[in-house]
Amino acid sequence: MDLSAINPVLLVASLMVAATPLLLASIGELVVEKSGVLNLGVEGMMITGAISGFAVAVETGSPTLGFVAAAAGGALLSLLFALLTQVALANQVASGLSLTLFGLGLSALMGQGYVGVKPPPTPKLDIPVLTDLPVVGRILFGHDLMLYVGVAIVALVWAVLKFTRAGLILRAVGENHHAAHALGYKVVRIRTLAILFGGACAGLGGAYISLVRVPQWTEGMTAGVGWIALALVVFASWKPWRVLLGAYLFGGITVLQLNLQAAGVAIPVEYLAMSPYIVTILVLVILSADKSSAPASLGRTFHASH
Amino acid sequence: MSTPLLRIEGLTKAYPGVVANDHVSFDIGEGEVHALLGENGAGKSTLVKMIYGLVKPDSGRMLLRGEPYAPPEPRAARADGIAMVFQHFSLFEALNVAENIALGMENPPPLRDLADDIRRVSETYGLPLDPYRVVGDLSAGERQRVEIVRCLLQDPKLLIMDEPTSVLTPQEVQILFETLRKLKAEGTSILYISHKLEEIRALCDHATILRLGKNVGECDPRETSARDMAEMMVGAVLKTPERAGRELGEVALDVSGLSVKSPSEFGTSLKNLHMEVRKGEVLGIGGVAGNGQDELLAVLSGEILTDASAVKLHGRPVGRMGPGVRRGLGLLTAPEERLGHAAAPDMSLTENALLTGAVREKLVSNGFLRWGDTRAFAQRIIEAFDVRTPGPENAARSLSGGNLQKFVIGREVLQRPEVLVVNQPTWGVDAAAAAAIRQAILDLAAEGAAVVCISQDLDELMEISDRFAALNEGRLSAPRPTAGLTVDEIGLMMGGAHGMEVAHV
Amino acid sequence: MIVIEKRPQPSQLWSVATPIVAVVATMIVGGLLFAALGKNPVEAIATIFWEPLFGEYAFYYRPQLLVKGAPLVLIAIGLSLGFRAGIWNIGAEGQYIVGALTGAGVGLAFYPLEAWYVFPLMVMAGALGGWAWAMIPAILKVRFGTNEILVSLMLVYVAEQLLASMSLGLLKNPEGFGFPGSRNLQSYPSGHNAELIEGTGMHWGVVAAFVAVIFAYVLLNRHMLGYQIRLTGEAPRAARFAGVRPARLILFCLGLSGALAGLAGLFEVSGPSGQVSIDFNVGYGFTAIIVAFLGRLHPVGILLAGGLMALTYIGGEIAQGNLGLPAAAIQVFQGMLLFFLLAFDLLTNYRIRFAGKEVA
Repeated sequence: MDLSAINPVLLVASLMVAATPLLLASIGELVVEKSGVLNLGVEGMMITGAISGFAVAVETGSPTLGFVAAAAGGALLSLLFALLTQVALANQVASGLSLTLFGLGLSALMGQGYVGVKPPPTPKLDIPVLTDLPVVGRILFGHDLMLYVGVAIVALVWAVLKFTRAGLILRAVGENHHAAHALGYKVVRIRTLAILFGGACAGLGGAYISLVRVPQWTEGMTAGVGWIALALVVFASWKPWRVLLGAYLFGGITVLQLNLQAAGVAIPVEYLAMSPYIVTILVLVILSADKSSAPASLGRTFHASH
Repeated sequence: MSTPLLRIEGLTKAYPGVVANDHVSFDIGEGEVHALLGENGAGKSTLVKMIYGLVKPDSGRMLLRGEPYAPPEPRAARADGIAMVFQHFSLFEALNVAENIALGMENPPPLRDLADDIRRVSETYGLPLDPYRVVGDLSAGERQRVEIVRCLLQDPKLLIMDEPTSVLTPQEVQILFETLRKLKAEGTSILYISHKLEEIRALCDHATILRLGKNVGECDPRETSARDMAEMMVGAVLKTPERAGRELGEVALDVSGLSVKSPSEFGTSLKNLHMEVRKGEVLGIGGVAGNGQDELLAVLSGEILTDASAVKLHGRPVGRMGPGVRRGLGLLTAPEERLGHAAAPDMSLTENALLTGAVREKLVSNGFLRWGDTRAFAQRIIEAFDVRTPGPENAARSLSGGNLQKFVIGREVLQRPEVLVVNQPTWGVDAAAAAAIRQAILDLAAEGAAVVCISQDLDELMEISDRFAALNEGRLSAPRPTAGLTVDEIGLMMGGAHGMEVAHV
Repeated sequence: MIVIEKRPQPSQLWSVATPIVAVVATMIVGGLLFAALGKNPVEAIATIFWEPLFGEYAFYYRPQLLVKGAPLVLIAIGLSLGFRAGIWNIGAEGQYIVGALTGAGVGLAFYPLEAWYVFPLMVMAGALGGWAWAMIPAILKVRFGTNEILVSLMLVYVAEQLLASMSLGLLKNPEGFGFPGSRNLQSYPSGHNAELIEGTGMHWGVVAAFVAVIFAYVLLNRHMLGYQIRLTGEAPRAARFAGVRPARLILFCLGLSGALAGLAGLFEVSGPSGQVSIDFNVGYGFTAIIVAFLGRLHPVGILLAGGLMALTYIGGEIAQGNLGLPAAAIQVFQGMLLFFLLAFDLLTNYRIRFAGKEVA
């Protein structure tokens, strides 16, 4: 065992990378849940985004187009969820689960020809001087652009929810859809848009795994990140900046256990590998006492009668 | 005569199985307070929803100052100067007052300016409000103020008020009327929906009466007797429930020093409640909605557990017993919310009969259900309480409000309770069903049961109860004999005007 | 304009017809998918639905139907009770794995002792293992209000790691020349869940599945506990008013579904699969969710749905061999089935009306 092999600067830099898929998926789901919808299909949308992004990036050679395609793929799949829950008024839990099962199958089918292929590298930020700064340069200015996009989306979501009328309407719909309807707001339309946003974010998160983090395509490669993202929204009490904090925390645990594995700690690999999931459960337990900040209409079906 | 502000011509709206509005026509003049009068289910709500753009009429038209008016959505209605205060408030509990008001406006100013506007308007009209308080923490009366201020900020030409006084104490009603009269003096028309005749006589210039979706008459309420209007509204002469003189027995239900925290975030905690109910007695508990009524029922039904001796049945502590055990001992309850609390909407009446009848009617043996007996029990309720339904296999939600309420009350009454607690037994129920339910409660008391009737309908409580107490912010006033209580005394027991003030003119 | 209206009560007709319509719609859209993959759609559909039952090699595939269907039905019955009460155990895959591990562990501990009581003890250990794994989310939910969906799912990943650890470590075959995986229980008569009748695919797991169906039917239709489960799902507040104790129901539903999933795992590991290995689990715990919904959470429906889903598995394998249809296509096919079912379910509770034609 050689713990000195773990370089703290690299550790922090790589935890940011590990956290980004989680961050993207969680902030999308946060918006969905703020509108009063519980979409359990995050895992399915992520994996669909992962393969859509991967395939397009490989075919076009452009990671940027890949990320665009990933967002589109995730949003497209979430559209199915929107149709089921907002138009066909299906149970949200069942629809979300089916979205995940469907997405896992669909991605495996789409990814048939891409196993073992290497994607084009996603360019990294390289600002002279800043990136070369010791420690800080590597941590703050040495990443790929998507990582910053992720943080920017968090800031954007926070600002929109807090300061804009659109954000106020979104929160209102999530709090009490009957009242929002009575005031003339289009509950179904607003929720559908939120679901699409969530799908696009999850798709981006998935593509970040297949294009940056790993980077290659294997079936089921999201390995539960979508579900952890759902837990993270609860952890964050539906507050955007706490999503960022939580994602980095989980990213840290993931990276740390990988580093410990590499360093040959005397704990069996399997037990290290299960640690992120166990930590998720522990965090859920600690935080489940406080449900007060959950949107009041979360998970309820809305049907405008009379 | 000048052009009316709003003319309604032959509005018709049908839903499957029911014509909610059938060629309804009337005019609302400028600066007029116009009453829309009718029983529950007469079609008042559908009509105002058409005016407010929430529902589109099947046929007929509306004219606003002589121009065709057909709002496709509430936004358009608001833009034309029509504002509405809902019966069930369209408010968001987790948001603050200013945010709630902003949501009801087309182009709200920035929140800080809006907060100043709210303070200004609320002071002018005697409706004090703090713009930054979270709505979930406000009382029912305060919530109504939020709705009214929201409307007033838009300078409405027509203000629609749907049953506004059902959540107010008598003192608060007087203050509201002052505000409305001031608005009228400023030229605002008001469409005032109610089934309370004395209020309409005190406030309105003109009344349109709806029955079963049709316009059955118009009158000047100041010159028409309440009795005549009631007959137009109901279409028949109602008999008032009979109360036989009865002997009060020993104490059946004894609540002492009961304090309980509300399980829900915006609920009301109960604080040091005391009451005794004797056999053969009806204790009426009044109070504005949201002052602890639901919590009191849950404590008595056993849904919320308390200290064992806080609730005693025939001297026996039952505070720690669940609903099933209490039913076995003779303490039965009927909550306010019919669908989802007192009954499961998608289950059949037979299954709903089992919901509370399992213990006392012996519908279960060794854990196995006796469906035959259960069906027979449901059938007995249907027959004894004249529940209109094709049969006990129909789902609870297929029944009208009044019929389901008769079923729910009947289910408890037929189990021969020793103590019966009901919450809002006639809420949203047509007059005939309401009279039948009140009679059943009185008959039960006459047979020696102790009854606690929680209600927001003061007329109802005065009619059936022997003693009266009021819930106010989770506290219960000392019960007093009903005979001889004045409206002012009742109002003060309910908490008076809750810090409101008369409109500054 | 299309208007969706709530029916006064659920339509009996549509509640039965919905799964059939969903299957037909899935065949059509699935056929289009297969065509897009360059396969003859009619042939592909026929291979999936006809070949295993009536094809040339049906004598081989029909028993497989029981082998594949039994764990699906067993797990789905357990899940359906919870789903009805609004208790969402979606971690059956984990409970299945743990049940297999504990059950096989007990069997391997007795090896090579030959005794009649070995197998019954394994069955009990399997059920207990699944039950215990499901009690984790149950107790956390009752005690702390933790979301059981996320906890039960997280535990699937934990169980998978546990499985890997066991098949590489504690349960590894000491005579396995260092290869991962346990001893094969098929060659340990006392611990082998053998076919009860040669060549039928009928093993104890199939018997257990049928017993579970009957048990669930009686429970839901004749017993107070079943009534309480349904009431809690329909109207939780009314259930509390009726005197149902939610905590007890959560413990019962999660515990039972865990035990049944554990049983399914044990019967699989000691029978068709034979040994504990890294990739022993094949997703029955997730497919059972589809089975539960497709069967409308009704015991008899689940029996039929389990058979249908087993058919798509076997037919899918045949299509994979004969037509080169990718395995993932079958997974998509199954997911689609659930989609259509959920979508058409609208017709059970709502009526669709074309407002233009309506007469007041």
